[in-house]
Amino acid sequence: MGCVVVTLSPLLVDLFPGSTRQVDVEAATVGAMILALDQRWPGMGDRITDSRPAIRKHINVFVDGDRARLDTPLSPGAKVYIITAISGG
Amino acid sequence: MPTQILVLIGTKKGVFIARSDEERRHWELSGPFCETWPIQHVIGDRASGIIYGAGGNEWFGPAVWKSTDLGRTWTHSSAGLAYKEGEEPVKSVWSLAAQHDRLYAGVEPAGLFVSDDGGDNWSHVEGLQHHPTRSEWNPGGAGLILHSLVPDPEDPQKIWIGISSAGVFYTGDGGQTWEPRNRGTRADYMPEGQNYPEFGQCVHCLVKAPGGEDLLYQQNHCGMYRSADGGQTWQSIEAGLPSSFGFPAATHPRDPSTLYLLPLNGDIRGRYVPDAKAAVWRTRDGGETWQDLRNGLPQENAFFGVLRQAMATDRLDRAGVYFGTSGGALFASRDEGDNWACIAQHLPSISSVETMVVQQ
Repeated sequence: MGCVVVTLSPLLVDLFPGSTRQVDVEAATVGAMILALDQRWPGMGDRITDSRPAIRKHINVFVDGDRARLDTPLSPGAKVYIITAISGG
Repeated sequence: MPTQILVLIGTKKGVFIARSDEERRHWELSGPFCETWPIQHVIGDRASGIIYGAGGNEWFGPAVWKSTDLGRTWTHSSAGLAYKEGEEPVKSVWSLAAQHDRLYAGVEPAGLFVSDDGGDNWSHVEGLQHHPTRSEWNPGGAGLILHSLVPDPEDPQKIWIGISSAGVFYTGDGGQTWEPRNRGTRADYMPEGQNYPEFGQCVHCLVKAPGGEDLLYQQNHCGMYRSADGGQTWQSIEAGLPSSFGFPAATHPRDPSTLYLLPLNGDIRGRYVPDAKAAVWRTRDGGETWQDLRNGLPQENAFFGVLRQAMATDRLDRAGVYFGTSGGALFASRDEGDNWACIAQHLPSISSVETMVVQQ
């Protein structure tokens, strides 16, 4: 299992004082990566995923440029972006 | 210690708080709080002094926000505020109630959660999901929402809830078993002959009168009602009102016979105040007679609505009455509704109004 570089949405960082825009995480899948983020900043997992479980409808996770799901595997050194979709009114 | 009154305002874009002293002549507004999340309900817990805000964000899902310093700083949690894997997830939190050192949350899709640690962790009151009618509950215009949450102030086992559009339900055993309590309330949208079903009514707001009796009032999609027996039977109190449609209802803090409603012009006529002239309607006799209260309220070109949780009273003497509009205006009366003033405007659309009196 290798380390991936996760870039968090600034809105997500605002919700969790002490979190940072960029964080290194050791995880083999996107689901495991979110679990690791949740352990570091309790509650962050609920903001990214729902209880189906699935990535929330208006959150996008990209791994090396491709849209990912919870079971998407992560290669060592992968660049992951957690981004809020266009939404609102 | 001087008395401070806080009006807690839930809006489509965060929580706002209006503050005044007990004279309630001058108000200061602060906000938006809670990162401008859509907030359905904000309450102040009298016992702990904590303010809670409930809502759901399109990006980040449902959460209950919490402030232990009267609104200056906020944290949020949804730990445990979830249905089982595979079920439709909780979309938003619609209602809060603090009673007997517990915090209750009503959610969409309709369900009830409880927290025993001030909103940090939640557990599901599963009994409601096991009700035999559950599979037949249909959503109202805002979704299948548990928006009215009335724990009995005396008996922790007794809770009434209102769900759009499943109706009123009651538990006498702390949430293990529930029974519909809709007898006497109409469902005009059902076929002829099926207008008084056991459940499926579109309750809009359910409140309990002060005084220790099981006296309830409700504003329904189809009429206004009073129940003297905890909802087992309901009697219409809509005679004398300008329409049978509206959303909020607010009780007086001490007088069980005084109730405030804000009727709108009808469910298919735009849902704004009748004739575009704003009025709160007050009864002093439990719904036998009604008086329209207009002094200080806009009497022309008022095309706003007021939602189900957006009217409240305070517990000062004389009682204050407050309501927030779909157009983002907050109106206040410091004399039980006789005279009104606009104390904030141009806010986001207002979902809820509650009050909190603190000594500082």
